[in-house]
Amino acid sequence: MSETLIPFDDVLASYDPALGLEVHVELNTVTKMFCGCPTEFGAAPNTQVCPTCLGLPGAMPVVNGKAVESAIRIGLALNCEIAEWCRFARKNYFYPDMPKNFQTSQYDEPICFEGYMDVEVDGETFRVEIERAHMEEDTGKSTHIGGATGRIHGADYSLVDYNRAGIPLIEIVTKPIVGAGAKAPDVARAYVGQLRDLILALGVSDARMEQGSIRADVNLSLSPKGSGVLGTRTETKNVNSLRSVERAVRYEMSRHAAVLGAGESILQETRHWHEDTGVTTSGREKSDAEDYRYFPEPDLVPVAPSREWVEELRATLPENPTAKKTRLQAEYGFSDLEMRDVWAAGALPLIEATVAEGTAPQSARKWWLAELLRRANDAGVELADVGVTPAQVAAVQALVDAKTINDKLARQVFDGLLAGEGTPEEIIAARGLAMVSDDGPLIAAIDEALAAQPDIADKIRGGNQAAAGAIIGAVMKATRGQADAGRVRELILEKLS
Amino acid sequence: MPEISRDEVAHLADLARIDLDDAELDHLAPQLNVILESVASIRGVAGDDVPPTSHPIPLTNVFRDDVPAPCLTAEQALSGAPASEDQRFSVPRILGDEQ
Repeated sequence: MSETLIPFDDVLASYDPALGLEVHVELNTVTKMFCGCPTEFGAAPNTQVCPTCLGLPGAMPVVNGKAVESAIRIGLALNCEIAEWCRFARKNYFYPDMPKNFQTSQYDEPICFEGYMDVEVDGETFRVEIERAHMEEDTGKSTHIGGATGRIHGADYSLVDYNRAGIPLIEIVTKPIVGAGAKAPDVARAYVGQLRDLILALGVSDARMEQGSIRADVNLSLSPKGSGVLGTRTETKNVNSLRSVERAVRYEMSRHAAVLGAGESILQETRHWHEDTGVTTSGREKSDAEDYRYFPEPDLVPVAPSREWVEELRATLPENPTAKKTRLQAEYGFSDLEMRDVWAAGALPLIEATVAEGTAPQSARKWWLAELLRRANDAGVELADVGVTPAQVAAVQALVDAKTINDKLARQVFDGLLAGEGTPEEIIAARGLAMVSDDGPLIAAIDEALAAQPDIADKIRGGNQAAAGAIIGAVMKATRGQADAGRVRELILEKLS
Repeated sequence: MPEISRDEVAHLADLARIDLDDAELDHLAPQLNVILESVASIRGVAGDDVPPTSHPIPLTNVFRDDVPAPCLTAEQALSGAPASEDQRFSVPRILGDEQ
């Protein structure tokens, strides 16, 4: 099904976009939200379940204190108020991924509320107001069997694994974000990106969008330019990469404008995002199906975090990642352009860890961005998952600094590290990569090169030091790149001066 | 004076996946009204100084340490399931009301 779309610039001529983002963060607690079942990813189906998370009669949930702690820390990092007293609530719906027939969530008493995050887009700051962050639990995982596409429509039946059911989630909801105009897609992306960085810095989640430990729902509406009246919104579910957040906003803006421009109304509905084609399609209509009949959870007592506890947790907050970015850029002496690339590649924590191992910032930047980013892109993985650790990068650079290897040989050491051939030293020994440290073979290679190119030798003798490059090149070739170019230059100039 | 309409009862039955025919709705809607009216009489007793109670015992902050407890085996977990396949619960085709 293809939709009529209006070009993005034309949308902005007639409409103001309003965004709303709901981000679910799966916490990295060892156990589930209301029972002691482990949360480890990848276990055999239905092996991390118990009467509580299966919703068996008589099972009694008990709140995971660590999850409450993580919720409060997230709220504090988002400049939220922390409720003095709040309750869990049952959100009632029938769907097989939730075996209890309700999700234990929070309704009108979220643990965190009224916060904000300042989001940077192209050097401009947008304040995104946070309405609430509340605690809830994840659902099970359904596999749809039959039908052509493995999707829910046309499936004959579904198989459910409840290992994920009950894993703690924090849902963070923004207030409507208005006034971003043409930057709305970028603001949405930057918000989710900065939120992910914050969650990572807090250490409360793996924060892997591609693995679903952070999931974004994108609400969007358009209002006639200057009217200030919010339009009917659509909610695009499960947008699972930063790039897709931006694309989904852009797509929905163009689609809404086309619908409104044709004199029709936007249907308030859930939309499904299709990563492959970059479009959204109609999902469930939000009518009376969204009648969840919330009521306070009778099996869980209220949560009343003492102000002392909240202040203790406030003291554990890490440096704000955005402030830290500014500080590190100054410390490392990176240009704005360098910093932009470092940030976009997610390389800053890796560079920080490499620098902590004693590597100069520019060297750390060079390896992560010039060498390892290319390999990560080739492998289709995040830079952090490329398979080389900051400690290994620092070890390689230390060997370069010690003139055991040069940059060119270091690339081959990275080949070896990625192939699992052992430590950098072992790879250098096994592959015979060490630079020729003895002057003898270098002088022999220089003599040979000078003899082969007597005209160049004359130029150097005549004071043209730049001509030495040709001889250095010949020596590097003769030593299969294993010579220290600087030392070769010194030897040539000594010889001919 | 609470009043629950026949349409509201039909809607609630639908949400609760209870299949009621017209005769059952005609029969049950007035009965529910009587029950609601009886319960509503409590409102007359509770003054503004009596807050609604969701939990009878004044406890807060009952937390569990984040330490794993034993789980069921997959066999135990699936033992009550009407149908299973590949160590998963098998459920009928899900239509229309995707969450």
